[in-house]
Amino acid sequence: MSIVVVDLGMGNLRSVTRALTVALGEMPEAPALIESSDPAVVAAATVAVVPGQGGFGDCARALGRGGGAMRQALYERLDADRPYLGICLGLQCLFGASEESPGAEGIGYFGGAVRRFTSGLRDAEGAPLKIPHMGWNDVRPEGPIAALVGEASYYFVHSYFVEPDPAARASLSAATTEHGVTFVSALARGAMLGVQFHPEKSQRAGLSLLRRYFKKVLR
Amino acid sequence: MALARRLIPCLDVRAGRVVKGVQFVGIRDAGDPVACAEGYDRDGADELIFLDITATHEARAIFLDVVARTADAVFVPLTVGGGLRTRADVDLVLRAGADKVSINSSAVKTPGLIDEIAGAYGRQALVVAIDARRRDPDDPARGWTVFTHGGRVDTGLDLARWVDEVTQRGAGELLITSMDRDGTGLGYDLDLVRAVSGAVEVPVIASGGVGTLAHLAEGVRPLSKGGGGADAALAATIFHDRRFTLAQARAHLRAEGIAVREGVEADP
Repeated sequence: MSIVVVDLGMGNLRSVTRALTVALGEMPEAPALIESSDPAVVAAATVAVVPGQGGFGDCARALGRGGGAMRQALYERLDADRPYLGICLGLQCLFGASEESPGAEGIGYFGGAVRRFTSGLRDAEGAPLKIPHMGWNDVRPEGPIAALVGEASYYFVHSYFVEPDPAARASLSAATTEHGVTFVSALARGAMLGVQFHPEKSQRAGLSLLRRYFKKVLR
Repeated sequence: MALARRLIPCLDVRAGRVVKGVQFVGIRDAGDPVACAEGYDRDGADELIFLDITATHEARAIFLDVVARTADAVFVPLTVGGGLRTRADVDLVLRAGADKVSINSSAVKTPGLIDEIAGAYGRQALVVAIDARRRDPDDPARGWTVFTHGGRVDTGLDLARWVDEVTQRGAGELLITSMDRDGTGLGYDLDLVRAVSGAVEVPVIASGGVGTLAHLAEGVRPLSKGGGGADAALAATIFHDRRFTLAQARAHLRAEGIAVREGVEADP
């Protein structure tokens, strides 16, 4: 068994890898943990963790390198219902396109879009709504995803969010969060979990989520 | 439930040790930064900020080691600032494990650095820190000017203009410190916090002057309820001295009807 942190060349994987190490450290037989940008290594691993910093355009470029080998490896993984944990851009890139970078191509496994929070919105108290959506916010899971995500506060930092189309939405279990709008903050289906927030920055709640996910997919 | 207001302890670090300046003069030692950070993480700090007030090259290496060991030990966002003059400086700090960098004097000297960092790492990774002082201590209507170099140099820059420029260039967050209030324990300069938080779309961290839990609440209370409208409250001394714990601060804000992170005290 192995877990690969997919390196899309968009910055530091250290905090994600460190959080995974701590979460996995409590499991009786901890699997190997590696970082890689090699599509073959990613394809071979038991679990692929796709972290995300940076922009959708950079992510799309990394997916498209070498004739789109990484995009294909991840698409096939999703199609075979093999474990995929997407964080932030790792959730957004499950969709085909983002308002952040028109024309840039994600994995496109699910139908829908990635949209930006609208400027000029106000919260329930009339205060200007801040973008990026940055800080701790509540996540409300519905259905099977609740067993993974739990009802807790997690750390967010993003200006874009995913909007699955009705067909995709029907096939997915979702959690939502409020920030001017009610947006999808996590999606799950089978062995796939995508979260808009950062479990690696969400202290105990985040480490617990990682443990629950690995317990589920590494059985 | 809304986005929680954040409580952020700030640690000043010199030569690998935590210090806290009072009015930026008369610094005293307050411990090991990694241990402090772990303690605050356990206590439920929503984020942490390290400011390196080291001047020498040798101490810079010690500081980067502190950042790396802290990033490995805590699982909340870590912002690092102090003496970051170039993109290469920023790169080292982010590689060491910081989630965000904070720039201040260097942004005033070289505003293009803001565009450069935001372009390379995303604006969410860039906090622009602004030290502001009232033109007239008794009349906020006369506005504020921007200071640099730990509050020693008056740039003459108008605060509102500078806020406008840095947000247009790519600041993802603003850390606003009142030089009139810093170290006094008299509370934030609420007029200053309001002037900035009401003007920008990016999150604002209020800083400078916290002496009581009521001060924290004032800073982050919504504008519509007479507060500063900040998204986050930074404090140093009241937490370092253990005058108040983060749990007490959170409980106070919650009792005041302010959204705070829930579930911190719950077992995993």
